[in-house]
Amino acid sequence: MQLDVDRNSIDRCRALASAIVAPVEAFISAHTTVSVERAVLRLLGVDGIGSEEIPVPNLIVDALTPHERARGAALAFGKAVAETGLDPAPLSEAIALGRYRLSDFADTPDEAARRSLQPHVEAALAHIRSRRDERAALLERLPQLPPPLLYVIVASGNIYEDRTAAVAAVEAGAQIIAVIRSTGQSLLDFVPFGPTTEGFGGTYATQANFRIMRAALDEIGEKAGRYVMLTNYASGLCMPEIATMAALERLDMLLNDSMYGILFRDINMKRTFVDQHFSRMLNAYSGIVINTGEDNYLTTADAVEQAPAVLASQFINQAFARRAGMPDSQIGLGDAYEIDPDLEDGFLYQVAQAQLARQIFPECPLKYMPPTKHMTGDVFKGHLIDALFNLTSVMTKQTIHLCGMLTEAIHTPFLGDRALSLENARYIMNTARHFGDEIAFKPGGTIERRAQDVLTRCERLLDSVASMGLMHAIDAAVFADVKRSPDGGRGFDGVIERAPDYYNPFEEVLRPDAAAR
Amino acid sequence: MSHAVKPYGDTANDGKVQLSFTLPVPWSEAADEAARQLVAKMGFTDVSVVDGRQIATGFSFFVVYASTTQSVDVDTIKAPSARATAMDMDAVDAFVAERIGRKVRIAGACIGTDAHTVGIDAILNMKGYKGDYGLERYHWFETHNLGSQVAVDDLVRFAKERRVDALLASQVVTQKGSDVKNFTELAELLEAEGLRDRVVLICGGPRVTNLMASELGYDAGFGRGTLPSEVAAFVAVTLAERLARSS
Repeated sequence: MQLDVDRNSIDRCRALASAIVAPVEAFISAHTTVSVERAVLRLLGVDGIGSEEIPVPNLIVDALTPHERARGAALAFGKAVAETGLDPAPLSEAIALGRYRLSDFADTPDEAARRSLQPHVEAALAHIRSRRDERAALLERLPQLPPPLLYVIVASGNIYEDRTAAVAAVEAGAQIIAVIRSTGQSLLDFVPFGPTTEGFGGTYATQANFRIMRAALDEIGEKAGRYVMLTNYASGLCMPEIATMAALERLDMLLNDSMYGILFRDINMKRTFVDQHFSRMLNAYSGIVINTGEDNYLTTADAVEQAPAVLASQFINQAFARRAGMPDSQIGLGDAYEIDPDLEDGFLYQVAQAQLARQIFPECPLKYMPPTKHMTGDVFKGHLIDALFNLTSVMTKQTIHLCGMLTEAIHTPFLGDRALSLENARYIMNTARHFGDEIAFKPGGTIERRAQDVLTRCERLLDSVASMGLMHAIDAAVFADVKRSPDGGRGFDGVIERAPDYYNPFEEVLRPDAAAR
Repeated sequence: MSHAVKPYGDTANDGKVQLSFTLPVPWSEAADEAARQLVAKMGFTDVSVVDGRQIATGFSFFVVYASTTQSVDVDTIKAPSARATAMDMDAVDAFVAERIGRKVRIAGACIGTDAHTVGIDAILNMKGYKGDYGLERYHWFETHNLGSQVAVDDLVRFAKERRVDALLASQVVTQKGSDVKNFTELAELLEAEGLRDRVVLICGGPRVTNLMASELGYDAGFGRGTLPSEVAAFVAVTLAERLARSS
């Protein structure tokens, strides 16, 4: 089952995407952000909270002078390590208690700071590698079922209830569990601390919550005889810190889009691009698969019209991710089944779009999102729409399959909703497992013409973005009809121009061109 | 004249309903019986557990058919609709031009921590919903979409500074009553600021009903499937009536 579409056009799209991200890369490498610096501190072992529950990484970065920030938080922190002889963990505890201020050590030579951090940098990287190796060994011993990998969300607000729901979902066939975050966490410029039992529309992403869910999934994975993946969200203002915590706690996937926060959460674009780059370098190193958020273009606007924008965003996300050192096998590009169910031949368009992505990004683990926009209180019809979504997914060999819920428009899923949804997906995917291998598209038929049309319009869109420049294009509302200015939005004050002697001991190793890789 | 009705299965007044639910017990025949007794305790008769099975360790799912002995007199039910005033965009614009004679200032937002703008966007964005243009496209409306996660304080401040005529608050997330809490906060703050009578206050969201809105002190509530022109017509008519009364 292959679409005959213009291969030269695909090559041109890829070249255009690369040309679009290149100038942004120049901006990225000249800047850092408060969240990147806090991530560096977390990697070094800084954790915990101080007065008013402010996380220690925030306490430290907030207390730096602009000049110190521009040189990187690691340098200021390393000086304190050198002078006190304390390891990062006890040192951050002492800072939380107010026993030390980093400004006390400003006169310590840079070289001493770098030297004293070296063992901690190596230990952090070794730890992340060990978590990656651990995942590989588990996957070897407890292999997953064939894709589409069934992915469900848990979102009770209480990590312990989430754990119950996740275990039940795994027993019903789920292979990936995503813990949805509390609504609004993407706009917090800090990561909450400790296990949490209250949240709205989801559960706070904290390192302790990651650990609780990881342990539960490892346990049920052993019982089920297959490894269960854990997903969270590296989006919003704390992307790099979430990527850090995910690396340390062996999460397997992270939602991480290059433009989602800019367009849909009004987060400053410069902040997002810089944060995204560091996050993705770290994701690459930790073996974490990113899931990009193209589904959002479809939930906010017409899915038929927006198809070229989805494809364009997939090209751009891939280009950014590759430049951060991610192999295609870790780039889970997004798409969604969001065409109006009342549209005649809508199913054909869905198949065209899904198959087009499959052919253009053959090595990427595509992330297929379920219908949400046209789901209503009619749970019976909703279950049917989900069935066609499941069929499209297995036919076109999508990799990561977010199971649609019949109660999508009503509430965060009940335990029983998840079981029904998984049953729907398992039935369809089993009964139609090799359907896609048995059929061919009619040459020049509706599906093939639709796919070619989407590709042609995508190329035109990328061409105009390339000539405008990505930042200007976003400012001109080219994507999702949303207009964002380069210096507007949340978190812009956390973007910092790097000093010539900026120091980030992790970036030196994580950079795709670093000798260590 | 009362008009009592019961659910209709395949015969008048058979009272047939279907239920489905999960019980936190492993499946067994006793679990099926537990489900049956539970539904009987709800007051249903002829309870038939048509499907019962384990969906996870310690959890079973049931599908049940039963009959209710209850009925309801539909003639006594009051649930006034705010969607009754039918006017399309051109009619609303003409109405505002004639009866109000100046642009109507409208502000909308998804309030509290809710980030789901799908509802408010459907009503406000130029493009609209189901082929019905959004309020931004109305010539006689000056429409401000403040977006998602707007604090109630900020919305009220905006309303005050811009002398807004109509406020639209949207909530999609309803977990643990967060929607009602946020709607209430907004109504109370407007009251405290002495602005309540100056604005047409509207709430919207998939779980919102007009009845609930009036209980919360709103002028109207719009639920699933609402078209932008229905909201526009309500705002125009209500505002015109209010201005006529106060002049």
